[in-house]
Amino acid sequence: MQSPVTEIKLVAIGDVDRELIEYLSLTLPGTFGARCVLSATELNPRAAYNETRRQYHSTQLLQQLHDMAGSGCGKLLGVTDVDLFIPIFTFVFGEAQVGGSCALMSAHRLHQTFYGLPDDRALLFERVEKEATHELGHAFGLAHCPDFNCVMRFSNSVEEVDLKASDFCRLCEPKLRQMPDATLAARC
Amino acid sequence: MEPTRARILIVDDEAVVRDSLGDWFRDEGYECDTAESAKVALEKLTHGSWDIFLLDIRMPGIDGLELQRKLKEAQPDATVIIMTAYASVESAVEAMKQGAYDYIIKPFNPDDLEHTIQKAVERKQLVSENQQLRTKIDELNLLHEIVGTSAATRRLLEQVAMVSASDTTVLVRGESGTGKELIARAIHANSGRRYMPIVVVNCGALSEGVLESELFGHEKGAFTGAQYRRKGKFEMADGGTLFLDEIGDIGLKTQVDLLRVLEEKKIFRVGGNVEIPVNFRLIAATNKNLETMISEEKFREDLYYRINVFSITIPPLRERREDIPLLADHFLKKFARGMNRPLMKLSSEAKEVLTNFEWPGNVRELQNAIERAVLVCQSAKIMAEDLPLKMNHANGNAAGRSLAEIERLHIKRTLEETGWNIYRAARLLEIDRVTLYNRIKKYGFKREAIDPRAGSKAS
Ligand SMILES: [Zn+2]
Ligand SMILES: [Zn+2]
Repeated sequence: MQSPVTEIKLVAIGDVDRELIEYLSLTLPGTFGARCVLSATELNPRAAYNETRRQYHSTQLLQQLHDMAGSGCGKLLGVTDVDLFIPIFTFVFGEAQVGGSCALMSAHRLHQTFYGLPDDRALLFERVEKEATHELGHAFGLAHCPDFNCVMRFSNSVEEVDLKASDFCRLCEPKLRQMPDATLAARC
Repeated sequence: MEPTRARILIVDDEAVVRDSLGDWFRDEGYECDTAESAKVALEKLTHGSWDIFLLDIRMPGIDGLELQRKLKEAQPDATVIIMTAYASVESAVEAMKQGAYDYIIKPFNPDDLEHTIQKAVERKQLVSENQQLRTKIDELNLLHEIVGTSAATRRLLEQVAMVSASDTTVLVRGESGTGKELIARAIHANSGRRYMPIVVVNCGALSEGVLESELFGHEKGAFTGAQYRRKGKFEMADGGTLFLDEIGDIGLKTQVDLLRVLEEKKIFRVGGNVEIPVNFRLIAATNKNLETMISEEKFREDLYYRINVFSITIPPLRERREDIPLLADHFLKKFARGMNRPLMKLSSEAKEVLTNFEWPGNVRELQNAIERAVLVCQSAKIMAEDLPLKMNHANGNAAGRSLAEIERLHIKRTLEETGWNIYRAARLLEIDRVTLYNRIKKYGFKREAIDPRAGSKAS
C-alpha cells in the first residue's frame, strides 16, 4: 500500500528573494519524495520583531506558522531573510518541531555578504538548500546526527554549514522513510 | 581507558534558559540536568554528581558567586562556568578570580558556547556522547570504492593503505575525473583523523583574495563589512584533513602563505593578531604538471617539496581498461540501490561498448554514464542503446542545431531522467545549482505535476 504523497508548502516570511523559494520548490521534492507548493498567503514577521535585539523571535514565528497550518500530513516550511533569534542565543539559522508540521529557516546569515565577502549565489543556494533540508528533516522526525557527512548534523556557525553534506547519511536516510510518531521537541 | 561522558548541571532561575540550553546540550551529546535555584542545585548534588556547572550569576536567594563557593567546598575539582549578562561582566570576572573556569555572556553565540564547553570537557578528559557515538559509527573506509583488479589499481590501494597509517602530506595527481577527491577521502577515512572532518577546498574555483580569506578566516572589523568573525578552512580542518584540490591554480602570494602555515602550524586570521595553532593533515591534488610550472616560475619549488612528500598518481581510465567492467558493475549496483531498483545487469554488448570507449572524462564520466543508463533503462538489463555514449561519438542529431538548442534539449532530458532531482541533475550536468536553476528559468521548463515518487524512484 502506498501512503499518500506528503505535501511541503513553502511560506514566504517578509521580504524574501523569490528565486530562493522557487529553487527550493524545485529541489525539495526529490529529497523528500514530497510534492512542493508555494503558499499563496505570506506571513508578516512584524509581530515577532524584538526592538532591543533588532531580530525576529524564531519560536514566535514558528507558532504563527503553526496557526496557519491546517490539519493533514503536510509540512509547512517558512522561508525568511530576516535575522532570527531565540532568547539564549545570539542567532539561529532556523527552528522546527521534531515530528511536527512546521519548520522555519532564515537565509540572513547564509549570504557571503553578511560576512563582508563577495556575493556567491551558488554557495547561497547550497546553504539555503542544506538548512531547508535540515529543518524539514526535523519536521519529518529526525534528530541531530553526529556524522559530518550528514545534513542533520547541527551547525553552530556558517562555517559548519559549509562543512556538512547536502543530503542525509546512510543512517538518517532510512529513518526518514519510515518515521514513527516522534515526541515533539523544538530543535534549531 | 574509556573516557567517561561529561555531565553538566545548569543552574538558572529563568525557565527559558534552562529549557533551551538543556535541549541544546543534550543535542550536542552531553548528559545534562537543570536546577531553578542554588538550593535545588545543592540538593541535587547530594544524590548525583556533575563534572561541569553552568551558573547564572544573578539569581534570587543564593546568587551564582555564593553557589560557586559552596560547590567548590563540596567538590573542589568542580568546573564552574558563569553565565552572565553584559551588565554583570564585572561580577563574572570576580568569579574567575575565585576559581571559575570561564564565563559566557548571554545571549550566547552558539559557536563560542560550544568552544567553551569543549575546552572544559577536554581539560577534564571527558567526552560528549556524540564523540563516543562517532567512534561507533562504523565509518565507511571507502576502500571498496576504489574498484579494479589491474596492476595500477592494486598499486593505488597499496599506496592508500600505506599512507593512511602515517600522517604525512600527500600529493594526488591525475587527469580530471580520475577520482582524486575519492583517494583523499579514502586516506582520511582510514587515518587516525577519521572522526574529525575532511575539509575540501577547490582552489581553482576561487580568486586569490577570496581564497586567502577562505583559508585564513577573518576577524570582526578586518575590512569594510566584516561585522562578524569568520573561521577559515585551516581552522575548520583542525584535527582532521585539509584537501586542497587544484593546488596548481593558487597564486604565488597564497603559495607563500600556505608554505608558512605548513611550516609553523599556526595561523593568524585576516586582521587578527592572535596566533591560532592548527593541526591538520594536508592532501593536495592537481592535474597540472607542477615541475613545468616551477621552471616557468609559476609554482614555488619550496612549496612543491613540502607537499610532494608522498605522491600518488592515478592513471587515466583508458590506461586500465580491464577495470572498466568491474567499475561499471560497481556503479550499477550503487545507483540501482540508491534508486530502489531491482538488481540490474549490463548486456555483453554494452560491456564491450564501455570497455572500448576512450573516456576523456575518466571514472567520473563512466559513473555519470551508468547513472544515466540506470535512470533511462526500463528493464533489468542495460543494453548498448541505453548508454548515453552515442552523442560523444558522431552526434548525428546535433547536426544543424544551435549550441543553445542542444543545451536546451540536454538539460530537459536530464531533468526528465532524474525525475527533476535538481541535486542529481546538476551533478550529472557538472554545473552548479544556480546555473541549472537559471537555465530552467531561461528555457521556461516546468516541472510536470507528477507524483514525485514515480519520477525520482529515490523514495
Ligand atoms: Zn545522519
Ligand atoms: Zn537542527
